[in-house]
Amino acid sequence: MMWPLAPMLVPLATALLCVLTQSTPRRQQMISVVGATVLLITSTLLFLEVQQVGALRVVLGHWPLPFGIEFVADVLGTALALVAALMLNVTVLWQWSDADAAPSSPTLHPLLHGLVAGVCGAFMTADLFNLYVWFEVALMCALGLLAHGGGLHQLDAALKYFVLNVIGTMLFLVAVALIYAATGHLNFSALGDAMARLDAAVALPLYGLLLFALLAKAAAFPLYAWLPASYHTLPPPVLALFSALLAKVGIYAILRLFGNVFTPAPALLYDALGWIAVLSMIAGVLGAAYHWDMRRILAFHSISQIGYILLAIAMASRTGDTAAIFFTLHHSLVKASLILVAALVFRYTGHYDLRRCGGLYASRPWLGVAFLLLALSLVGIPPFSGFWGKYLIVREALSQGAYLWTACALLVSVVTLYSMMKIWLEAFWKPHPDPAWRAPEHVRLAPAWVGVSGLALVVLSIGVAPEALIGFADAAAGALRGDVP
Amino acid sequence: MIWVVAIAFGTVIAAGTYLALSRDALRCVIGVAMLGSGVNLLVFASGRLQSHIPAIVPATQTQLTLAANPLPQALVLTAIVISFALLCFSLVLAARIVLERGDADLEELRFAEPHAPEGYKPSVEESQ
Repeated sequence: MMWPLAPMLVPLATALLCVLTQSTPRRQQMISVVGATVLLITSTLLFLEVQQVGALRVVLGHWPLPFGIEFVADVLGTALALVAALMLNVTVLWQWSDADAAPSSPTLHPLLHGLVAGVCGAFMTADLFNLYVWFEVALMCALGLLAHGGGLHQLDAALKYFVLNVIGTMLFLVAVALIYAATGHLNFSALGDAMARLDAAVALPLYGLLLFALLAKAAAFPLYAWLPASYHTLPPPVLALFSALLAKVGIYAILRLFGNVFTPAPALLYDALGWIAVLSMIAGVLGAAYHWDMRRILAFHSISQIGYILLAIAMASRTGDTAAIFFTLHHSLVKASLILVAALVFRYTGHYDLRRCGGLYASRPWLGVAFLLLALSLVGIPPFSGFWGKYLIVREALSQGAYLWTACALLVSVVTLYSMMKIWLEAFWKPHPDPAWRAPEHVRLAPAWVGVSGLALVVLSIGVAPEALIGFADAAAGALRGDVP
Repeated sequence: MIWVVAIAFGTVIAAGTYLALSRDALRCVIGVAMLGSGVNLLVFASGRLQSHIPAIVPATQTQLTLAANPLPQALVLTAIVISFALLCFSLVLAARIVLERGDADLEELRFAEPHAPEGYKPSVEESQ
């Protein structure tokens, strides 16, 4: 009966074992790899089982619903947990290569597993206060990972991340407390009915506060300042994990609460969400166009891509939710693999700043090919995966008559293409600014390459055969909206 | 009674916001912690403040009269533990920053995002 809790319990147990073996780094690394593999296997099995038999429910402490704390492993939650497990494996695998120049620290592995436990918990819980607790678990591990480099860059980033994110979670807690005071419920299925019975004048500010707090967690305009202030100070594999998972937890919570629990929420909220989405797209892509540091370009791109997902959620329809789920899964994988490619560029040239890199297409053509495929997937050139995500969003926006939003989404794609071309031209195409530069030989990068090419293959196969994932996203959206497919 | 809690909540949130907006790193962190305490007060009050009767129902009764709801008290305990852990972490973080720089001014804390030297182009970032 505890089986649906495996995606939380496995990383928690692994984190604990990693703490206990801090004094022997080799053993700790072995435990970490085994824990990550077990997590991948269990979340795959859970994912397949949920596909077959439908959502699995666990209520802890023998309290009857709606008072017990309920966990629900449904199609969307298990799919996101599977992505989290996959990314954790890539990150842990990356530690075996010497692509990451920073010395390994005994606190790295426990924090990585703790972060994934928090994220998976948020994907599974069906209780509003419990969601807050999992947010905090993920936040604390993220803070540890940010600060654990110990340089002034990292401490600066950690402080900004701390202040802005903690204020975001506090607003979320305020919203939880007020919703509880107004309805007397925290369980998702009880909340939906209780909120629908509330007076609109009471309910609208509560919805608004909740959405505002979640937008701060999801790094949407104008609450995204914590993301570009901190992400680029992380070591690359951890950065890939962060950008694949952290803002997605906020997105998932918005999708779960405003696509499932509180449907139908007032239309005003979805209108506001649409404008916020468009402004996030524009602000993010302009930041990316301005910067020259690859990590900062990619961090700003995340904000712009989060705008696309929010736009899909703002459509407030089953097709919109399908697009949002497809885009979330696609973006997690593409963004993480682009960051890993950037880390390999750094390993070969010694710089993240594009003005100091170059000549990589001549010396490492396969890295260039990998980057080009992933960048075109991110921009959305057919037949790559980003195209299908954007196609679903644009088609739904047009069918609902949101022409201005559609025009903005398409325009932002052009600027995205520009900033990806900037990386291509500067890092790969132009000769290296220092003529004496040679790509370093004799570096153990095989595990890093396995991670990157594995993710790139997944992304490519989504692009070539999108029907499977679109069908899956449609089924997940149908389960969210309570339609029988 | 609820007015006392409401006024205390407002005061703590106002003081916390004022401190959190400060340029001094330690004040900012303590302000955030005060905001957290204010929010905890709100969670506590969300179950109504009515009585001092313990939350145990005698065998003859099915419902306690004039009793406070025990659930928010459990919730607030969780929230207090979390905010205490965050306070400890953030104090160490702020202290490390102040010690390493010898200066607590947050306006000058631009290591992760340096100013553009020419005014418009981003600075060439040193590889770390």
